[in-house]
Amino acid sequence: MTLLFDIIASVGLWGAVLRIATPLIFGTLGALLCERAGVLNLGIEGIMTFGAMIGWLSVYHGADLWTGLLVAAIAGGVFGLLHSGLTVTLGLSQHVAGLGVTLFASSFSYYVFRLIVPTAGTPPTIVPFQPIAIPGLSTLPFIGPAFFTQTAPTYLAILIALMMAYILFRTPLGLAIRMTGENPHAAEAQGVNPMKVRYGAVIAGSALMGMGGAFLTLSAFNSFFPTMIQGRGWICIALVVFSSWRPGRALFGALLFAFFDAFQLRLQTVVEGVPYQMFLMTPYILSIVALAVMARRARVPQALMRPYRRGER
Amino acid sequence: MRFERREHRPLYLLIVAPVLAVIAALALSGILIAIAGAPVLDAYWRILTGAFGSRLSATETLTRATPLMLTGLAAAVAFRARLWNIGAEGQFYLGAIAVAAASAKVLGDLPAPILIPLLLLVGAIAGMVLILIPLWLRLRFSVDEVVTSLLMNFVALLFVSMLIDGVLKDPLAFGWPQSQSISDHAMLPKLIARSRLHIGLVIAVALAVIVHLMQSRTVFGLQSRAAGLNPSGAVFAGVPLGKTLMKVACLSGGLAGLAGAIEVMGVKGYVTTDLSPGFGYAGIVVAMLANLNPLGVVLAAIFTATMFVGADGMSRGLGIPTYIADVTVALSLLTMLIALFFTQYRIRR
Repeated sequence: MTLLFDIIASVGLWGAVLRIATPLIFGTLGALLCERAGVLNLGIEGIMTFGAMIGWLSVYHGADLWTGLLVAAIAGGVFGLLHSGLTVTLGLSQHVAGLGVTLFASSFSYYVFRLIVPTAGTPPTIVPFQPIAIPGLSTLPFIGPAFFTQTAPTYLAILIALMMAYILFRTPLGLAIRMTGENPHAAEAQGVNPMKVRYGAVIAGSALMGMGGAFLTLSAFNSFFPTMIQGRGWICIALVVFSSWRPGRALFGALLFAFFDAFQLRLQTVVEGVPYQMFLMTPYILSIVALAVMARRARVPQALMRPYRRGER
Repeated sequence: MRFERREHRPLYLLIVAPVLAVIAALALSGILIAIAGAPVLDAYWRILTGAFGSRLSATETLTRATPLMLTGLAAAVAFRARLWNIGAEGQFYLGAIAVAAASAKVLGDLPAPILIPLLLLVGAIAGMVLILIPLWLRLRFSVDEVVTSLLMNFVALLFVSMLIDGVLKDPLAFGWPQSQSISDHAMLPKLIARSRLHIGLVIAVALAVIVHLMQSRTVFGLQSRAAGLNPSGAVFAGVPLGKTLMKVACLSGGLAGLAGAIEVMGVKGYVTTDLSPGFGYAGIVVAMLANLNPLGVVLAAIFTATMFVGADGMSRGLGIPTYIADVTVALSLLTMLIALFFTQYRIRR
């Protein structure tokens, strides 16, 4: 028991929570925005991979870190455009189209990466974002290192979560997005163009996914390697359900998830006799359990996964 | 400009669609090859000859196509019933490790004619068990099985990694995490001597025919299609939805598990965590390229295997990353989706 307390009391754990949570916050918010407008975006895993690759590549070729993040966001948006073309204009199965986008985006990432960085023993590195200590607050015990000594994109992620909560629930734009996700026919009757809203939401959401991927190569690590996303995108999709499609709860869910992840990582190093793979399984199992617990209670956007065609029911 | 639903779906379109989709995917990948500074036609010629240019390469391509046929069938039967089993990768690994475990620990001493069918069955059952978890979550808690079956892939791979690093570890593998080899007489007989091609190919093609007959000639086939086309309508017409989905899931998971079993028993003889270069995910593309038709799956699997095997040789010759094969395959899924759309709709001004 004292062992568990030691881990929980360690500063390293709390510092790691936000770092682990950040890509999940970006990804979950991105997926949430798409789904609020009625589009399931399973392209997330591939879009995060591409964001991680292109963000890193830009910085590796001399761009500064913020430009790298911006490039990742734009690339994410382009894949969002592809996904909305398939699912909104053509009204194809959102499941299959999303998987197609993921397969394409991730294999395209590996192709571009290998083309520009032909096989090397150790992958080349960049200088990533450095932690910013917020004056005054960062010296607080525990809370300081946990919340106020992070890199800039982490603060940006939290800011975006708050902004998205405000936009979705306090502005006409948010109302239009939510209406499109609940009942696009009613939205159209109110003068909202459901097609445009869906395009916008999927493109913006995918841009956030791209940034989530780029956080991994520009802040959490300093290099790109294939399979580095490791199912984070799928976990984000689960977190959206866990959050009941609310940005505030998505932030909370990502932090909670990251806490467990950081905890199991530390537990791995101190507990002996248990294969490390058991620990690595926990995030995925946790996501499945969270889905099972929340699925019934969650208020799903009613038009999620239903293509909208004018005049067709 | 708007889309109008076609009243008839002409047969020729259904045949032309996949061909056009593949051509479009090859053209788009061609742009990527050109950007990389390589001659496009030469690259494709090298892919083709790399895959079929010699006796060795042709058998290698068919060997690679075998697991793809099975994972493709796994996806095709599930998708037809709108059961989104994306967990074929995990089911593949579980089938593979189950065979390795059963051969090493329990059944290894049985004579081949009993052992081989028994091991194939064990692999299929392992795949079924894994898919039952997402299915149960869907039926009991209405959880979308796409995400759960995807997440199960990671759990399954870690589970396999744990076993081959632990109880099933081969002590003779110089510390590499690798499972014990299966008994020599558990290996599938070769189809052609001095090649890696094994009777797994025959099993896969036979299963494609069986699944085709099952879908077109049996009550179960009708029920599974009904469950996919209109679940509530199917229930209204007296189709037991839960039971049908259960059968579909067992068939799908079983095929994916069998793919893993056959890959171990036909090619490798042991399990590592890189046994599958994404056979489960590529199976989704194979199924879609075949428009979920079991017989089409055979052809689509051969196309996909051609890309993968051919790209290896092309990559060595021209310095284009082998990932171009994955790009082409993924693109052909997207172009196929679009092509299928236009078999159902026409453009009206």
